[in-house]
Amino acid sequence: MKVVIGQGSCGIATGALKTEAEFKTQLEKQNVKADIDLTGCVGTCYLEPIVDVYEDNGDMTRYVKVQPEKVEKIVEEHLKGGKPVTEYAITDEDKQFLDKQERVVLRHCGVINPEHIEEYLAVGGYESAKKVVTSMTQDEVIAIIKTSNLRGRGGAGFPTWFKWNAAKGNPGKEKYMVCNADEGDPGAFMDRSVLEGDPHSVLEGMIIGGFAMGATEGIIYCRAEYPLAIKRLEIAMDQAREKGYLGDNIFGTGKHFDIRIKAGAGAFVCGEETALIASLEGERGMPRLKPPFPAAKGYWQLPTNINNVETYANVAWIIENGGEAFAKIGKAPSTGTKVFALAGKIKKGGLVEVPMGLKLKDVIYGIGGGIKNDRQFKAVQMGGPSGGCIPAALDDTPVTYEDIVKTGAIVGSGGMIVMDEDTCMVDMARYFLDFTKKESCGKCNYCRIGTKRMLEILERITQGKGEDGDIEKLEELANKIKDGAMCGLGQTAPNPVLSTIRYFRNEYEDHIYNHTCTAKSCKALIHYEITDKCKGCTLCAKNCPVNAITGEVKGLHVIDQDKCIKCGKCEEHCKFDAIIRK
Amino acid sequence: MSETKSCGASRREEFKDLNPVLDKYAKVPGSLITILQQAQEIYGYLSVDTINYISEATGIKPAKIYGVATFYAQFRLQPIGKYLIMLCKGTACHVNGADRIEEAVCEYLNIQDGETTEDGVFTLNNVACLGCCSLAPVMMVRSNDGNETYGNLTKDKVVQILAEIRERA
Repeated sequence: MKVVIGQGSCGIATGALKTEAEFKTQLEKQNVKADIDLTGCVGTCYLEPIVDVYEDNGDMTRYVKVQPEKVEKIVEEHLKGGKPVTEYAITDEDKQFLDKQERVVLRHCGVINPEHIEEYLAVGGYESAKKVVTSMTQDEVIAIIKTSNLRGRGGAGFPTWFKWNAAKGNPGKEKYMVCNADEGDPGAFMDRSVLEGDPHSVLEGMIIGGFAMGATEGIIYCRAEYPLAIKRLEIAMDQAREKGYLGDNIFGTGKHFDIRIKAGAGAFVCGEETALIASLEGERGMPRLKPPFPAAKGYWQLPTNINNVETYANVAWIIENGGEAFAKIGKAPSTGTKVFALAGKIKKGGLVEVPMGLKLKDVIYGIGGGIKNDRQFKAVQMGGPSGGCIPAALDDTPVTYEDIVKTGAIVGSGGMIVMDEDTCMVDMARYFLDFTKKESCGKCNYCRIGTKRMLEILERITQGKGEDGDIEKLEELANKIKDGAMCGLGQTAPNPVLSTIRYFRNEYEDHIYNHTCTAKSCKALIHYEITDKCKGCTLCAKNCPVNAITGEVKGLHVIDQDKCIKCGKCEEHCKFDAIIRK
Repeated sequence: MSETKSCGASRREEFKDLNPVLDKYAKVPGSLITILQQAQEIYGYLSVDTINYISEATGIKPAKIYGVATFYAQFRLQPIGKYLIMLCKGTACHVNGADRIEEAVCEYLNIQDGETTEDGVFTLNNVACLGCCSLAPVMMVRSNDGNETYGNLTKDKVVQILAEIRERA
């Protein structure tokens, strides 16, 4: 018997380590022999901590939300008694979350132990790299990637083969293969899960790409906020070196290729290739003018190729199964799968990997189970601060680079934040602008000053001080920044504003002209009232920090609007839904 | 520029934990961020003295080091409290009411983002995303005992958690 505990960051956040400790205690206490092992993120974050119990014949029972108090029973009845505890096991409905997905990038996540290279080798790991390095030419590798039509998964969707080919063709004493693992998009954690759950697949992708472009060194630029990912990468690199897959004599060919990690220090702009290179060189992460492109003059002015974590995780699969097999998945020219971090007002949040071309509603309802508390679906935000909001009416849009761009959003790195009727779209635009304004590196005026001016207008609007002409001013600024900014951060920063104006102009108008927040979310534009559903339980009055609520026990309560600071505590505590926002 | 005038040997002694880092990286081009990260790991923050010492060892001007240190969100120029509250302001948390959680934290601790409580117990840092979006709203509390993550926060829950930590401190 083997007990495998999901230990990605979200698993650990929900208490997987405490669950593991309890398993150790219970196994000893009940005198049961079983191995305890760990694995990465399965993707069903809403069910963590997840524990898989494997019988000796290979049968597996998956237990969900395994808090320590459930452990004793699982050990006693299943591990000792041989009878699975069905009430703690995953339901058929939740199983669908995984069954409806197609897994290429996440093929090993939540399956193998990321800290044991043997488990990766047992599923065919490093076979692709070996084949490439020992028996193929650089052009042959690039041709396969071209056939697959793999495109950059970091956001822009640029063909991977083209970048590799360009870097291969440019002369340089040294060449660098860089992995961008600086996942700075708030609301996205795909890369983290891949690095934590299957680090070897990223290393293998880098070895293959490094061979194709003729790189001498690989560098992984990873967020310092991802300590677990860095730890697992380091373990994986040590193991790969020991096996001779990295180092001076890779796969016995006498060729040199090694990889090192460089921890990023927290700057969203470093997702931009040239800014990332500046940061690698120990400088402020500010972008440089292109051309020259990194493929010609990158790290230390030498040919450099930069791909995203998810892009690399696809590479070994493509070599193993062929470019055609990959091109068959998805909806050409967007081939393959894409991993999304599904979050926000969604019932079943987590990581989902779907073939490109699946409709948005199939992801949100089919896999995600629909909207939390069965509220009304309003919009989905894709592409983070560089993307936009797609309204519910367009939920049959296929998820491809081309179709999503038409809506004004982008596929981006894969954040998919679902919003319901309580989310104010003006506030959403303000939120993203606040982010990009803070993250603007300050090099070019359009971005540095433009985003600040836009934010000021949006703040005014959400505070109820919007003026006639504000919407037009926002549009004008947005278009100028798009045209004038130097790098991707600035050029895309206005997207959340433009897309919300495009689909939710009425909300902007409500704020400005009617002084109401359509979603009843902007504090300055709402007030709280108590309806006749009130039972006089006094809970609201007791919790009001400013004593603004009065009323007799069992009698209707009233809010003194002059005293009320709109903190919302009364609404939070009311058990009868008697308090409403107006 | 140095705040304390001391001879070379005693300065080396003062920064004895940092010296191995500098021995390894001081002359490797492009290593400034790595050095700053490790210095912060050792001392908790980057003091003027630390920056000057790194400058002497690497030959990089203090102004430039300061420029790099202020560019990245990770670096701190002030000491932090015993418990560092990293309050997630990612998109999923925002949609699920992170602003209201921040209000409650600020009100309870009487500090704003980036500040430390007078008793030196808490420092509040808003962070872009902790990547635990399905637990939103989330905060992580970092101390010498490691990181503890708290999810599905409400105004009351967050205050209760902080009160418990304060009692322990």
